[in-house]
Amino acid sequence: MTGTWVMIATLALATAGMKLAGPLSLGGRPLSARALTVVQLLASALLAALVVVETFGKGRSLTLDARALGVAFAAVALTRRAPMAMIVVGAAAVTAFARLP
Amino acid sequence: MGCPCGEAAGVPPIGCGCRTSGTNAHASTFARPVTLVPNQVASPRERRRAGIRRGVPFGIAVFAIAVSFGILARPVMGSVAPIVMSVVVFSGSAQFGALAVLNAGGSTAAAIAAGVLLNARYLAMGLALAPSLRGRALSRSAFAMTTVDASWASASNGDGTFDAWYMVGVSIPQYVGWVLGTIVGVLIGPALANPNALGLDALFPAFFLVLLFEEARGRRRLAAAGGGAGIALALTPVMPAGLPILAAAAAVVVASRMRP
Repeated sequence: MTGTWVMIATLALATAGMKLAGPLSLGGRPLSARALTVVQLLASALLAALVVVETFGKGRSLTLDARALGVAFAAVALTRRAPMAMIVVGAAAVTAFARLP
Repeated sequence: MGCPCGEAAGVPPIGCGCRTSGTNAHASTFARPVTLVPNQVASPRERRRAGIRRGVPFGIAVFAIAVSFGILARPVMGSVAPIVMSVVVFSGSAQFGALAVLNAGGSTAAAIAAGVLLNARYLAMGLALAPSLRGRALSRSAFAMTTVDASWASASNGDGTFDAWYMVGVSIPQYVGWVLGTIVGVLIGPALANPNALGLDALFPAFFLVLLFEEARGRRRLAAAGGGAGIALALTPVMPAGLPILAAAAAVVVASRMRP
């Protein structure tokens, strides 16, 4: 159980440290135009990576399972402008349905 | 950019629509409510309230995800630790990542490493945010601490600057949803026979897909997204959890050389 608390404390401190590093080191100073462009594109790249890893990743391997159906549902619901909560909960429902024996 | 929307621009001309119908597609996709005035004229309080309104749908989705975290974490971590973790870490990707490692029989050190790597993107997000934060170190830190993916992306003005008060607002409903959801998940978990049968593991990628859909407009952003996804998929079999996601940032280098 001690391990769990060490993990929680370390992750809390590390997350705070990473959030604060940039603002504390260069707060208020502008980035160069080139750096700004990179920054503007960063969210797209990281979010897309999170989507595919959370959909197809299983430990260190890739797999195609019921999650993919749920995420596919989310993609369709997005293009139909469904509310966010419905998209997310619907994705879980579709995945659950696909897993019915 | 035909409109002066930057920090130093003062009040932009009427019809310029720096936020709600900006000159690039991004600004319109994270569109603020129609009633919102540009941050040059809105007070911090108004901007924070506009952010809270924007954050409520995120908060509801985050609540559902946190319920699943609570359900899945309780058998591994007990009933108090998951709640404390949500209060002090407040990061879905790190918490799920660390939990996945523990679930797979990994060590505490491996779980910490996974969580830290998954959150390494906050370094980049903090660097992006930094020029938009003014004032003393303590106040800059307070703003920076409220950074989470959805808020950071929502608070982006599309020109590289961020509306810090707006970001704080968007984070508030998410924090409430995250902590409450974890408590609910821990409480209802024991009543569920098989949580995986509920498809809870699809909540998280679906949430990120919603954020991506709103973010990735325009050629360069789409290229960054496609490249990032490809890199992450290619590296997943060969790298520890978290690193492939961080490596996906490399796609930005190529995408940033494209014409907008």
